[in-house]
Amino acid sequence: MSQLSSLSASGLTCERDERTLFESLDFTLSSGEVLQVAGPNGAGKTTLMRVIAGLALDFHGDIVWNGQPVKDDRPGFQASLLYMGHQPGVKSIMTPEENLQWSMGLHRKLDKEEIWGALKKVQLRGYEDVPCYQLSAGQNRRVALARLFLARQKLWILDEPFTAIDKAGIAELEQTLVDHARRGGMVMMTTHHEMDMDYSGFRQLVLGGE
Amino acid sequence: MKWTFFHRMSSPKWFYDFSGQCLPWVGLLALALVVTGLTWGLLFTPPDYLQGNSYRIIFLHVPSASLAMTIYVGLAVTAAIGFVWKIKLADMAVSCLAPIGASFCALALISGSIWGKPTWGTWWVWDARLTSMLILLFLYLGLIALREAIDSRETAARACAILAMVGVVNIPIIKFSVDWWNTLHQGATIKITTESSMAMEMLIPLLISIAGFYLFSLFVFLLRLRAEIISREQRTTWVKALLGAHS
Amino acid sequence: MSVMSGFGVVLKRDLHLAFRNRGDLINPLVFFMLVATLFPLGVGPDPETLMIMGGGVIWVSALLSNLLAMDSLFRSDFEDGSLEQLMLAPQPLWMTAMAKVISHWLVTGLPLTLLSPVLAIMFGLPSEALPAIVATLFLGTPLLSLIGAIGAGLTVGLRKGGILLSLLTLPLYIPVLILGTGAIDAAVSGMAWHGHLLWQGVLLVLGITFAPLAISASLRISVSG
Repeated sequence: MSQLSSLSASGLTCERDERTLFESLDFTLSSGEVLQVAGPNGAGKTTLMRVIAGLALDFHGDIVWNGQPVKDDRPGFQASLLYMGHQPGVKSIMTPEENLQWSMGLHRKLDKEEIWGALKKVQLRGYEDVPCYQLSAGQNRRVALARLFLARQKLWILDEPFTAIDKAGIAELEQTLVDHARRGGMVMMTTHHEMDMDYSGFRQLVLGGE
Repeated sequence: MKWTFFHRMSSPKWFYDFSGQCLPWVGLLALALVVTGLTWGLLFTPPDYLQGNSYRIIFLHVPSASLAMTIYVGLAVTAAIGFVWKIKLADMAVSCLAPIGASFCALALISGSIWGKPTWGTWWVWDARLTSMLILLFLYLGLIALREAIDSRETAARACAILAMVGVVNIPIIKFSVDWWNTLHQGATIKITTESSMAMEMLIPLLISIAGFYLFSLFVFLLRLRAEIISREQRTTWVKALLGAHS
Repeated sequence: MSVMSGFGVVLKRDLHLAFRNRGDLINPLVFFMLVATLFPLGVGPDPETLMIMGGGVIWVSALLSNLLAMDSLFRSDFEDGSLEQLMLAPQPLWMTAMAKVISHWLVTGLPLTLLSPVLAIMFGLPSEALPAIVATLFLGTPLLSLIGAIGAGLTVGLRKGGILLSLLTLPLYIPVLILGTGAIDAAVSGMAWHGHLLWQGVLLVLGITFAPLAISASLRISVSG
């Protein structure tokens, strides 16, 4: 993660069913930064995250990754992207280990020790072989968050990653995000939790709402 | 030069104004042609030597069947244009075309089966053309149902565009396979139309009524599209100004 | 990370999920048998009639059973957010879609093809017809899965997706049905049926070429909506 990377968006406009969510929005995000997208409910935070990730199609404007428009090299962009949406993307009939095996396996080869190490970091050691439907909502969220410890992707887009996570867990996660940024990564996230991040690269982007 | 013309044409406001000017003429011409074609065909042509008077339903049946096919192809082409170049007006046009096409398809089926009663002695035969037409009706109904089921207009337009494109690729395959199925199962099929050498005095009113039906569906299409434009663009200043001027 | 290994991960994952859910694995097969059983009960047990109808009944049952299984192809992945993860993987989406369709066919279409001779015997079809039945289902069921996946992709985000899926997909299944039953009829009456099979092969090649693109486009639309 030595090279510097940057994500920049210019003139982003999103209309959904004749309602304007945001209009000519510009921002950049560079290596070492944690960007919190803030704003009231319905301001378009989730939509903005999905637009950047490439999941939402209804928008105008340009998104540029490392100097190249994302739409010209989507696979290249996706190789550097870790996205977590509202739904954790955890299959309930699979075990935590199997879940990480496929979701991170899409990005790179993994071995068992690595996965166990990541599960240990989210306090799920000992649950490797328990199907996820037997775990609590918070534990399921932790299965998804364990991806952060396996990820080599630079750009993390996390939509409400702290849902159902306890206080101690949140503090640890915030530390993980800062560590990632320090290593040259970048984070774009939303949360309703008060971020008291003592980190020089922490910034906020406030969406207006109506 | 040409491109600016297309750009202007795809602007809803320009199209609304332009179609407003054409609308009365299209309507009048359609009315004149349909009335001429049908009156001539139904009252003043000689009866067919084989089918007697029952053949006269072709003046209704043939235009409907032809429109049902044409509209689906037009719809798919419009959908593809809207999908590739992201033209809003094309999306609106697709949503207006589907019910018109479905109506003509149903009309073709009903008139075909009414014709079948005196000709074959039964309301329905699994004739290749009737079967293909029935499948076409299902394709139309699928499009309408998909649009109804999706809340967001943009998403609905895109989904319908995909379905219409998949459908139009399949239509020749379906047509071909149904024809084959029919020859396989029925041996010599009874032909619904008389031989292609149709008498001039029948052909001319038929052509007039086909032209009339095409213009009529254009008229209905424009009416629907204008309503759709107003409904979708209701928040824009030009529609507000237009509505303000009328009230 | 090569593109093919992403394909392998998805294929393995889906097969894994299918074998976890034994019910989902067996149900389409039971449904296939059950629908076929309804026909003799509906039209009477006359062997002559059943032999004429047999090929068609087997194909219609296969078609309905495929359709029933189709609704679940993307639905659970859509609901728990896995579909977003699959879409944002580095490999192209059409490849992921292809992997999902193949794994779906392996657990529904293939077992159904292997089971079809049992039904053929129950309907009193002559033994010459068995190769035709198995061969047409072998080529036809993947095509059904490919076409069905387009509809499944378009309806995955909708609450009442199931019935809509059948409305969208069944008309498109018709050519596959006609070719399949045509081949069986020809075989029953002792004629050559390879022509039908050849056409089915042509359609399958067309399907493999174009359907993955349509499936991925429809998934993008549904996830965006």
